Amino acid sequence: MAQYDGLFDGMGLRTWCDADKEDAPMSMAQLLAQSGTSDAADESAGLPFPSLDALHEACAAVPQTRDLTAGIEAGFLAIRSELKFVLDPITQPLSWMLDGALWVFESAPWWAMIPALLLLTWWVSRSRSVTGFVAVVLLFFGLIDHYEVAMQTLAIVFVCTGLSVLLGVPIGIGMSKSDTAQRTIVPILDLLQTLPTFVYLIPLIFLFSVTESKLYGIAIILYAIVPVIRLTDLGIRLVDRDVIEAANAFGLTAWQKLARVELPLALPNIMAGVNQTIMMSLAMVVIASLVSAPGLGVLVLRGIRNLELGVGIVAGLGIVLLAVILDRVSKAALARVDRQRKDA
Amino acid sequence: MTPKVSIRGLYKIFGPNHVAMVDRVRGGMDKATLLDQHGHVLGLRDINVDMQPGEITVIMGLSGSGKSTLIRHLNRLIDPSAGEILVDGEDVMHLGTSALRGLRQKQMSMVFQKFALLPHKSVLENAQLPLSVQGASAELQASEGRKWLARVGLEGFEDHYPSQLSGGMQQRVGIARALTANTDIMLMDEAFSALDPLIRTDMQNLLLELQKELHKTIVFITHDLDEALKLADHLVILKDGAVVQQGEPQGILLNPCDPYIEDFVSDINRARVLRVRSVMRPLGEATYDSDITANSTLEDLIARSGGDTSRIYRVVEDGTPVGQLEMTDLFKALVPRVSESRQSVR
Repeated sequence: MAQYDGLFDGMGLRTWCDADKEDAPMSMAQLLAQSGTSDAADESAGLPFPSLDALHEACAAVPQTRDLTAGIEAGFLAIRSELKFVLDPITQPLSWMLDGALWVFESAPWWAMIPALLLLTWWVSRSRSVTGFVAVVLLFFGLIDHYEVAMQTLAIVFVCTGLSVLLGVPIGIGMSKSDTAQRTIVPILDLLQTLPTFVYLIPLIFLFSVTESKLYGIAIILYAIVPVIRLTDLGIRLVDRDVIEAANAFGLTAWQKLARVELPLALPNIMAGVNQTIMMSLAMVVIASLVSAPGLGVLVLRGIRNLELGVGIVAGLGIVLLAVILDRVSKAALARVDRQRKDA
Repeated sequence: MTPKVSIRGLYKIFGPNHVAMVDRVRGGMDKATLLDQHGHVLGLRDINVDMQPGEITVIMGLSGSGKSTLIRHLNRLIDPSAGEILVDGEDVMHLGTSALRGLRQKQMSMVFQKFALLPHKSVLENAQLPLSVQGASAELQASEGRKWLARVGLEGFEDHYPSQLSGGMQQRVGIARALTANTDIMLMDEAFSALDPLIRTDMQNLLLELQKELHKTIVFITHDLDEALKLADHLVILKDGAVVQQGEPQGILLNPCDPYIEDFVSDINRARVLRVRSVMRPLGEATYDSDITANSTLEDLIARSGGDTSRIYRVVEDGTPVGQLEMTDLFKALVPRVSESRQSVR
């Protein structure tokens, strides 16, 4: 006898409740009740919260709580093939890019790769100390035989950051131009930023095969794209109103205004967003090793799974080093842009 | 003479339902009532101003009088709630997006209070902006940009960046930028208000000097009556979004039509602003001590007379006598007509 029987009887819903009474699978509570382990005194003493399960006991027509999770799962599975049909071809290039980048970074000989990376560092930062620091770190990775995994991680970070910027900047521009777009997109960005990182992986595993690189690529991009969108939007909105007005007064078209005034003036903010995006994709690439992303994260995972303390810690510190050089290089690039602005 | 720019029956009301509110304002509702009962702010009320070609029209008012709003209507940075704006007889309100852009590129340039230069571009790139927007050739852009920068006294600063220049120099870049556009009409929104007084005087002289040569139609906004009187060919005084008085500045000074303007003009150094032609009388039968040109200021004349109040001068314009001026009239003109409210305070 359930506590809420009287409620449904009183409302005259008894026939509705029992209309399609069937032998639904029993909940754990029911099983326990049946086996007689729960004592009657307990039941009469407490009034349970009228949760779905408690109401279901009184009235079979009320769904159980587990129907909620089952419903979400069923719903997702129902649209899965359609979703896959649309998303698979769109995201296929991501797999190619990731595989291509991994292939390049793995197969290029170290004596070509390290100078190339140092040149890139010099080109964006124009700073001797930063370039020297990057050289030391890369050589250290080689020395402790972590060069290859570090390159894999770096390849994934490059591809995902590149795509995040490519997609994020236009979205940010769109947001800055329309308040409606901003109101719609901001909650999505909040969701992406607060959703626990593992949760991204769950629906993706259903959609794509775990052996496909785009699976972790999508997870990383979804997580890392947020700051570049936010800061592009902010940067453009912060552009001096007077300068925008002057641009209007001299008859600049919307494109001219964007290319000549808004983007250049928002550049420091956008660069700060890119720096954040790099950091976040590096954070995610470790978690993505759960779904077969190669790199340093795999070693961290091995450390956890096999309780190999040393392996895990060395790989973890390797990630820190990678984070430090990526941060230093992107910050040096940002500083260079700022400096040019001031005294060029 | 047909006016170059003509504003007719212009209303601007700020608020979501501004067009519907125009009729209420036409029906006589005042600013406070409109704000209290309908939550709309009255920006401009029934503005009618004609701006003649080749003249400097100064629109003067205190802050909040709507003068900056008014000037932004001319190139439609702000759209009016009602009324028309005719430029060369064509209503700007009927222009489509691209025609409006054409108007802003080819017919009206603007100088801003806060300079509004592009900080990431060099002085030369800033000055040639109007031409680069129009897609002119690089040579033309550079030669025009250099020419006007030199004209405003910035030769040798082409490769500097705006942040390396002083405020006065930045505004010279702003003026060069407006001149490079080679438009007939120049809008100047409190162009000199952010500069310190000495630099401001320099810039006013620069503007007058340029104007002598270029004969542009200039619309100049200011809150400074001295500046307005120095520059204006036609002075429009704005208060609470409406025109209180407009006309030739000397006329306004001698015949203020409203206590508000009387207060305004009473603090002015009249001797320096008023000119002989404004206070002279028709030629009579007197014996004249000497001749004086119609355009000299009263200050000049006082200096010349050595303070002798008994003298009578003959006023000459282009060699022909046009009137006479007794020193007693001159001194009377120096005393401002004071409004009654002000008198009672004294």
